[in-house]
Amino acid sequence: MSGHESSYTPTNAFTRWLDTRLPIIRFAQDTAINFPTPKNLNYWWTFGGILAVCLATQIITGVILAMHYEASVDGAFASVERIMRDVPYGWLLRYIHANGASMFFLAVYIHMFRGLYYGSYKAPREVLWILGCVIYLLMMATAFLGYMLPWGQMSYHGSNVITGLFGAIPLIGESIQTWLMGGPSIGNQTLQRFFSLHYLLPFMIAAVVILHVWALHVPGNNNPTGVEVQDVEKETVPFHPYYTVKDAFAIVIFLLMFAVFVFYAPNVLGHADNYVEANPLVTPSHIVPEWYLLPFYAILRAITFDLGPIPAKLLGVIFMFAAIAVLFLLPWLDTSKVKSMRYRPVAKQFFFGFVVVCLLLGWCGAANPDDAVIPALQGDPKLVVSYTENAVEVTSEYKGGGEAYHDAKSFMETLPAGSNPSLSAVPAPTFQFRHLSLILTFCYFGYFVILFFIGLTEKPKEVPESIHKSVLKRHKASTATAIPAE
Amino acid sequence: MTDQTSLEHGGAVDEDRRNFIHIATGAAAFGGAAMFAWVAVDQWNPAADTKAASALDVDISKIPLGSEIRVLIGGKPFFVRHRTPAEIAAAESVNVASLRDPQTDDERLNPKPNGELNRAILITSGSCTHLGCVPVGPAQGNTGDFGGWYCPCHGSHYDTSGRIRKGPAPRNLPVPNYRYVSDTVVNISL
Repeated sequence: MSGHESSYTPTNAFTRWLDTRLPIIRFAQDTAINFPTPKNLNYWWTFGGILAVCLATQIITGVILAMHYEASVDGAFASVERIMRDVPYGWLLRYIHANGASMFFLAVYIHMFRGLYYGSYKAPREVLWILGCVIYLLMMATAFLGYMLPWGQMSYHGSNVITGLFGAIPLIGESIQTWLMGGPSIGNQTLQRFFSLHYLLPFMIAAVVILHVWALHVPGNNNPTGVEVQDVEKETVPFHPYYTVKDAFAIVIFLLMFAVFVFYAPNVLGHADNYVEANPLVTPSHIVPEWYLLPFYAILRAITFDLGPIPAKLLGVIFMFAAIAVLFLLPWLDTSKVKSMRYRPVAKQFFFGFVVVCLLLGWCGAANPDDAVIPALQGDPKLVVSYTENAVEVTSEYKGGGEAYHDAKSFMETLPAGSNPSLSAVPAPTFQFRHLSLILTFCYFGYFVILFFIGLTEKPKEVPESIHKSVLKRHKASTATAIPAE
Repeated sequence: MTDQTSLEHGGAVDEDRRNFIHIATGAAAFGGAAMFAWVAVDQWNPAADTKAASALDVDISKIPLGSEIRVLIGGKPFFVRHRTPAEIAAAESVNVASLRDPQTDDERLNPKPNGELNRAILITSGSCTHLGCVPVGPAQGNTGDFGGWYCPCHGSHYDTSGRIRKGPAPRNLPVPNYRYVSDTVVNISL
């Protein structure tokens, strides 16, 4: 809490001299050493520290990779291969950077869900939450820009799809698209500007992180009870060593998992297509973004219908951006005064439903929208012969296995010349991923609507009077059960 | 110092003079920032050499019947397709009113210098109007439900005139600016 009094006293002549000129040691002491932190934070609170490590890892490995990377359509792909084969430890640096992006998003999603569960977005932390959303947006932009740099097939065609999204925006969309691409299509000029921006944005993230930490230090940390600190003496502990050690332990565990990916499955989160050099004339059969963007991709593709004057394509783009924009509004959408879901029995269930919806949206984003969600339930396809009879299009259908094919073929032979018969297999109607995506999209937005109404009607459980009382109660409960066992 | 001077001059601050200086300074700073902003924004636009590489002469005499060639102009793909009589007939027999983006087959062809239409050669953009993927065609073994092209990204089907028939794409494959230089050479430009 920024209100707390500085407890730093310079101990020698030099620090006294420095303290009156640049009180940097005092600043570090007050913000990172003695900062009063609620004593009941659980391990979900360690992801802030983990994210700081992720950002540092990405910046350090990224700056090194930039020394060996060549931002040109002729050299980019080859320079990445050179990093992998010839540059000393280049393979390690690149695998850390590529998997680091995934780890960064994994950590940020847990961090965000923690904020959602414990109501960390509510007053007085709205600005803190919004700054976090800004960081998340910048992360997505950085990841998108960076994914283009290896100049593989997925890099090229994925960028094509995303820049195409901006083209769907009315009036200004085409200008934005041209500005992004710097020409009629994605080419050398696009790669160069994406590289420049990919280098810039992490430092903008770092700047917003400073604001994020500043905004955190004004009200102080939220905590699992959602009850604000009332007695600094009883209810807080200094950040160091209590939380530096707790965070460090979590960071080590996280880095272990990170290392498993880097050393044992460095490409499992990527796409094989990206090891094929970009070819503008051949689109990969299945374009998908990296896993961390899949839920939004699913929302984009879920909308296949026009709504009045808004075409389906624009509507999909609107929904996709709205899925992120709604997070910015969340502090005012949730009407409940109780922060922590621990004491909100109804909202808590919807929260876990929301987590499942997000995961399922990711699954839909990875799938082909026309595929059956449960292939076993899909019936046999039917064969359809279309032909023209008296200048009208007519179709004739055949069901069943090989016999149907012979029937259809012999029927086609009986048709008069000039009727242009064509044969196609039409899959049996089934519950497709596009349908599931649409339902899940409404569930996603529904969560925020429901939060608004639940806050007005829900009867929360009894909230503890203070952090201190909550901790004592838990402590008593555990000793009470422990004693009879002895 | 300033306080003393103003006192010496009778203690009065000339507000009009101050306002003028404030507004003039602000205007100069804003003007300078705006002039630089113009530069910073305009540099995002296509460069002269990028724009210059935007036309190509294509020989259409070597395209096998029922097949197509794909050319890149300024990095954008274009399809030049040699249609079979059956494909032309299929394109012409469609009830135009039933299409999402109604266009007759003739409207999608540019005439030769003598005013005739070369119906065998169809030239379209190679970017799906949905999100810009390159549809697959006869050479890739999939022409979709309507014999033209199929976009594998999100399942748009185009007919033998490059018109959208099914799937999420909103418009037909656009016909680029092109003209017949001779009977066998076409100049395509962006």
